[in-house]
Amino acid sequence: MAGKPKLHYTKGRGKMESIRWLLAAAGVEFDEEFIEKKEDLEKLINGGSLLFQQVPMVEIDGMKMVQTRAILSYIAAKYNLYGKDLKERAWIDMYVEGTTDLMGMIMYLPLQPADTKEKNLALIIERATTRYFPVYEKALKDHGHDYLVGNKLSWADIHLLEAILMAEECKRDILSAFPLLQAFKGRISNIPTIKKFLQPGSQRKPPPDEKYIANVRKIFNV
Amino acid sequence: MSGKPKLHYFNGRGRMETIRWLLAAAGVEFEECFLETKDDLTKLQKDGSLLFKQVPMVEIDGMKMVQTRAISNYIAAKYNLYGKDLKERALIDMYVEGIIDLNELLMGHTFQPADKKEQHFATIVDKATNRYFPVFEKILKDHGQDFLVGNRFSRADVQLLETLLMAEECKPDILAKFPVLQSFKARISNVPTIKKFLQPGSQRKPPLQEKDVQKVMKIFH
Repeated sequence: MAGKPKLHYTKGRGKMESIRWLLAAAGVEFDEEFIEKKEDLEKLINGGSLLFQQVPMVEIDGMKMVQTRAILSYIAAKYNLYGKDLKERAWIDMYVEGTTDLMGMIMYLPLQPADTKEKNLALIIERATTRYFPVYEKALKDHGHDYLVGNKLSWADIHLLEAILMAEECKRDILSAFPLLQAFKGRISNIPTIKKFLQPGSQRKPPPDEKYIANVRKIFNV
Repeated sequence: MSGKPKLHYFNGRGRMETIRWLLAAAGVEFEECFLETKDDLTKLQKDGSLLFKQVPMVEIDGMKMVQTRAISNYIAAKYNLYGKDLKERALIDMYVEGIIDLNELLMGHTFQPADKKEQHFATIVDKATNRYFPVFEKILKDHGQDFLVGNRFSRADVQLLETLLMAEECKPDILAKFPVLQSFKARISNVPTIKKFLQPGSQRKPPLQEKDVQKVMKIFH
């Protein structure tokens, strides 16, 4: 037994990507077992490995953890990326839920009917630039620190960087009105573990292409 | 200033109900400020009270907390309903996330268009009885304890009870094949703070009626 966490998912971003980011940022090496066809998922289900018959599933510390947020919270707490007390946790949770909502919109975009794509993309850009980014820009401005919460790197910073990069893939200059977020992006990208994760050859997954989406639809019946 | 948490939402269950359950289970008195019209929501959005311009919002311990999970996590941790260590938290989180998924399905039923309602109902019953209930039935059966995690009352028990009751509102005999869950339901309903919350006159909200759907849609859309 390797002792490394083992991730079970398709070979793409989806709901597992935030988990890859967090483990990578924490400097934790992990293995991946990819679901390539429906039979792979069925095998996991029939083997009793998936508590609610769903992935993501991460084998970690003797547990077969499921549910993205449960997994992320466990990793964040274990690797000291969850603040120093209840109040810092509360802020981290609030910020992370915001970036989760934004990234969720982006993630589901390729699965929407083709005739709604343009409208949904416009909504993503509107939400990013009027609802979400202003909040983080203001948080950084108000306290003037390098990190969102408690003057220390946390899950909230890693999640926000992931969201920023995903949003930039939607619209290259989406950060143009947010100078502090631009600086934040530069700063957090330069943290050694994250810098490594952002380099080619890492376990970071690319944006989904048509072929991947078609396969996802088949495997998950969506 | 009363010092009691203050909940901002419409006068109905929605995403605030789980928070009401948790506070009630913890024996914490709370106040409520109801949004009746779109203007009420707009006012809160404009005065900077809502971090992401959304409710639920709960004023608690000097914070204006938003995001249902963040609020629930804070309350659970503060009132010792979140397990004793990281591993118990992990189990509680997994169970709660599964329960939330079922809860969302149940909550969404009233908002389904008429032509989709029957199929949606079938999906609810299928998921409840094939995906979620068997998991919790087995957990309780395997360890034989009164509570889901760590032999101690936690938010997982509160949230499971809430969802079991909602599922029964959808289909009264939905627990027919789950004897252990039936006992669990009776047992947790008898926890004094919960028993009180289940009595008429408490701050527990009734299911949303068809006639109120329009009103709710107007506030949020």
